[in-house]
Amino acid sequence: MNFETIIGLEVHVELKTDSKIFSPSFNHFGAATNENVNPIDLGYPGVLPVLNEEAVNFAMKAAMALNCEIATDTKFDRKNYFYPDNPKAYQISQFDQPIGENGWIDIEVEGKTKRIGITRLHLEEDAGKLTHSGDGYSLVDFNRQGTPLVEIVSEPDLRSPAEAYAYLEKLKNIIQYTGVSDCKMEEGSLRCDANISLRPIGQEEFGVKTELKNLNSFSFVQKGLEFEEKRQQKELLTGGVILQETRRYDEQTKETILMRVKEGSDDYRYFPEPDLVPLYIDEDWKARIRAEIPELPDARKARYIKELNLPAYDAMVLTSTKEMSDFFEAAIAAGADVKLVSNWLMGEVSAYMNKQQKELHDLPLTPAALAKMITLIDDGTLSSKMAKKVFAELVENGGDPEQIIKDKGLVQISDEGQLTEIITAILDKNEQSIEDFKNGKDKAIGFLVGQVMKETKGQANPPMVNKILLAEIKKR
Amino acid sequence: MSVFEYTLKELQAKLHNKELTVTELVQASFDQIEAVDDQIKAFLTLNKEAALKQAQQLDEQVDQANHPLFGIPIGIKDNMVTKGIRTTCGSQFLSNFNDPLYDATVVDKLNKENTVMVGKLNMDEFAMGSSNENSSYYTTRNPWNTDYVPGGSSGGSAAAVAAREVFFSLGSDTGGSIRQPAAFCGVVGLKPTYGLVSRFGLVAFASSLDQIGPITRTVEDNAHLLQAIAGHDPMDSTSANVEIPTYSDALKQDVKGLKIAVPKEYLSDQEGVNGEVREAVLAALKVYEELGATWEEVSLPHSKYAVAAYYLLASSEASANLARFDGVRYGVRTENADNMIDMFKKSRSEGFGDEVKRRIMLGTFALSSGYYDAYYKKAQKVRTLIKNDFDKVFEDFDVIIGPTTPTPAFKVGEKVDDPLTMYANDILTIPVNLAGVPGMSIPCGFSKDAGLPIGLQIIGKHFDESTLYRVAYAFEQATDYHKQRPHLGGVKS
Amino acid sequence: MAEISKQQVKHVAHLARLAITDQEVEVMTKQLGDIIHYAELLNDLDTSQVEPTTHVLDLKNVMRKDEPRKWIDREDALKNAPDQHDGQFRVPSILE
Repeated sequence: MNFETIIGLEVHVELKTDSKIFSPSFNHFGAATNENVNPIDLGYPGVLPVLNEEAVNFAMKAAMALNCEIATDTKFDRKNYFYPDNPKAYQISQFDQPIGENGWIDIEVEGKTKRIGITRLHLEEDAGKLTHSGDGYSLVDFNRQGTPLVEIVSEPDLRSPAEAYAYLEKLKNIIQYTGVSDCKMEEGSLRCDANISLRPIGQEEFGVKTELKNLNSFSFVQKGLEFEEKRQQKELLTGGVILQETRRYDEQTKETILMRVKEGSDDYRYFPEPDLVPLYIDEDWKARIRAEIPELPDARKARYIKELNLPAYDAMVLTSTKEMSDFFEAAIAAGADVKLVSNWLMGEVSAYMNKQQKELHDLPLTPAALAKMITLIDDGTLSSKMAKKVFAELVENGGDPEQIIKDKGLVQISDEGQLTEIITAILDKNEQSIEDFKNGKDKAIGFLVGQVMKETKGQANPPMVNKILLAEIKKR
Repeated sequence: MSVFEYTLKELQAKLHNKELTVTELVQASFDQIEAVDDQIKAFLTLNKEAALKQAQQLDEQVDQANHPLFGIPIGIKDNMVTKGIRTTCGSQFLSNFNDPLYDATVVDKLNKENTVMVGKLNMDEFAMGSSNENSSYYTTRNPWNTDYVPGGSSGGSAAAVAAREVFFSLGSDTGGSIRQPAAFCGVVGLKPTYGLVSRFGLVAFASSLDQIGPITRTVEDNAHLLQAIAGHDPMDSTSANVEIPTYSDALKQDVKGLKIAVPKEYLSDQEGVNGEVREAVLAALKVYEELGATWEEVSLPHSKYAVAAYYLLASSEASANLARFDGVRYGVRTENADNMIDMFKKSRSEGFGDEVKRRIMLGTFALSSGYYDAYYKKAQKVRTLIKNDFDKVFEDFDVIIGPTTPTPAFKVGEKVDDPLTMYANDILTIPVNLAGVPGMSIPCGFSKDAGLPIGLQIIGKHFDESTLYRVAYAFEQATDYHKQRPHLGGVKS
Repeated sequence: MAEISKQQVKHVAHLARLAITDQEVEVMTKQLGDIIHYAELLNDLDTSQVEPTTHVLDLKNVMRKDEPRKWIDREDALKNAPDQHDGQFRVPSILE
């Protein structure tokens, strides 16, 4: 029997407002435990929430970028459950009137474009952080409590773990473009749960799904889903049944492990939050936010192809993160050649980042510096060999290419008079080589070039050396 | 004459003329507490040292004082948080909650008016109750007869004012918790329009119904106290941004031509309204006629559904509001927990009393999967009908008048075993909370045998507290019920 | 509307994180049953055309500016904690 895989993803994205969604505490990552908390975050008796307008704006921006319809009338609800990191024992969330619905994004897998539906995007508060100390106790830090969060639920439109991966990359990319979140999985500002089920090909009804949690990177999402796909298939083929389970992906064993079997659905007893009043989002408000959304990756990609005449592949790679794309644009704005900037970013810069496991913002290299270096290559000031040295310096320590060239004495000798002088001297010492060349031994020219380079410590402009050598030999 | 018999105006004059000091005033309050609180048990926590220190400081500023509440000793119901002062909500769960870290907005406002907080007042646990018997510390007694309950949940707040332990107090009212004890204790209690007074720092029972309000001996004092606590608060999203009138201005006007509606449901045997109460209300209406007002019988046809709708809605909200008492960040944690869930369950079960548990259970049930539409949502719809009843009457009338409670105070222990009978006691006050309109109770008589006060309820339009004060003041000036005093061992005359 | 069973009472108590003894289950089943029975009075009313009321006042879009403000320090945050360790609130683990 052949199966079709059905995957749906729930993604949580933290919004980077200055203050929390319902309290004026600072909203930033990395403070000492329980430093960014106040009585509201701690769920003290008597406290009340007041909604941060910017959190609503950010959620709208994200929803719009994901092609959602924006609700005109919306509200908040209480989702009730006890857990030590949930201080009020209810989370303020949105139940039946999410801020965004019926969105979509296009993903590309194996060269094909596919549209993935987004069921809803709603705004809620993040919980604190519970860590298990391993001695029978757990510890709670409430810094994260009240961070504005959007939950983005996809339609069950994904048909493979690879599609799930592509969806996450695209989603992250779009959200980053809007500027409402950093989407850093390692800091928890983007988190993902995955639902996966199998059904025999041709069957319309969905199979029983399992939910994967604690997925700490996009590749773990893909690997976890791949494992789960195989596990379910094996189970179904050997006459077993799939239970509605929550499983986690173990990064060491590369397996999914059962956390708990779900009995029915959780009873969260949602009801409208009486401490907050409804939101009415009129057309003006929507238009104002829509106008603030920057050019998104698909539009940018199309523009690179059409207006900058870049190959489709280049355009795709360059727009795959907002950071890369912004870097590219800044570099060409600084006057460097479009295709050369693209080549450098996709080539040397990406290779360096991969090797060092770093992101663009970790590098001291600036778009202006890269642009200047490329211009210096373009005008012949730098040989490609020297450029490599300059680039190495730029990505390691930053700085200005011209200064680096000066400091390292890297300037290419392109002065015709100076080169002619050097070449004449070398020819005088190598009568035999001239003879050999004239007798048809082409190799001899290579030797002579080498001598020039040796003399100039590699700084001679190679095309000019060739040209002058040939001219000078001809004279003899 | 005891300082407690002076009006605010008289007190301010005496403070200014240095005939009286704030320290003497505050000391008088503590003296009376010392003398009678053994019998009344109105206070849960006293703030003596800080209060007397503050009084000394205020005595130095008395020349600059220009507010009627300057230096006045006040009591606060123990469900309003006070920075650095224990706040228990009448619950064992919070018996160690010695520093709530912040002041409720109302407390903050009163501090700015330089009132002196002498202590925190007893109440039914988390404001759930109509008799004060649900306090997990002790039951406050009715100053008019200590065999009787003071009402609830703001029983301590009403009893302390009636017993002259403080000049006035703040209570909170979710289904009648200011008006009913005010009626039982023969004092003036106002539940303001929902949204008029900030709820920030009021420990929530039912968020969509709760309001803080003033309890005083006279209508005029009440207007001054409301003036100090009313107004928009950016910390409370449900706080209305309306202009606040000068309430005492309303007292200058008479009630000639005032149109009073009297709901037939509020005088009916079916709602358990007893003969003495009905007679007292009819007598009060006669007073109003003499003052030039007119009254007509009307109907609030959905009144009989109010109690059921209220208990579903209030308990549902409470089940969520009280879920934060989990033993993680404050409060008393059980000492015998094996694991996290066990810790939650035992801490809550050991910390909460029966009535609180009952309502949490009811609310949890009403919100649970499969029952939400039938109970919670149904009750919200009935709330709409009840609100519409009031809107309709207020198209043609200025105020609604009826009794505050079907009967005067009942005996301690009388209704404690039957939750439903206890709930029925709130039948005349609950609709007011559901509609969000303001309601007030003023003394309008005494029962013949036990000599217990009877309360007259005056209900107004949204944000029309001025009319309530005008109507209440006219009655108060025409009668002398507010001049009666309970006879307690410690009361000096 | 259904009567409430002992099983339901136990389930509701679990949802509400209340430990109740068998005896309390008995009492609670009776009392909750009575209250719920009383609440069925509401079924007399046809509310199919009635909108539910969550807020009595017609307030909308109450929001604050995105301005952070320090309020309490870390020591105060932990001041009332029944148990704390190393700047965090300490609780028993989910299962022993």
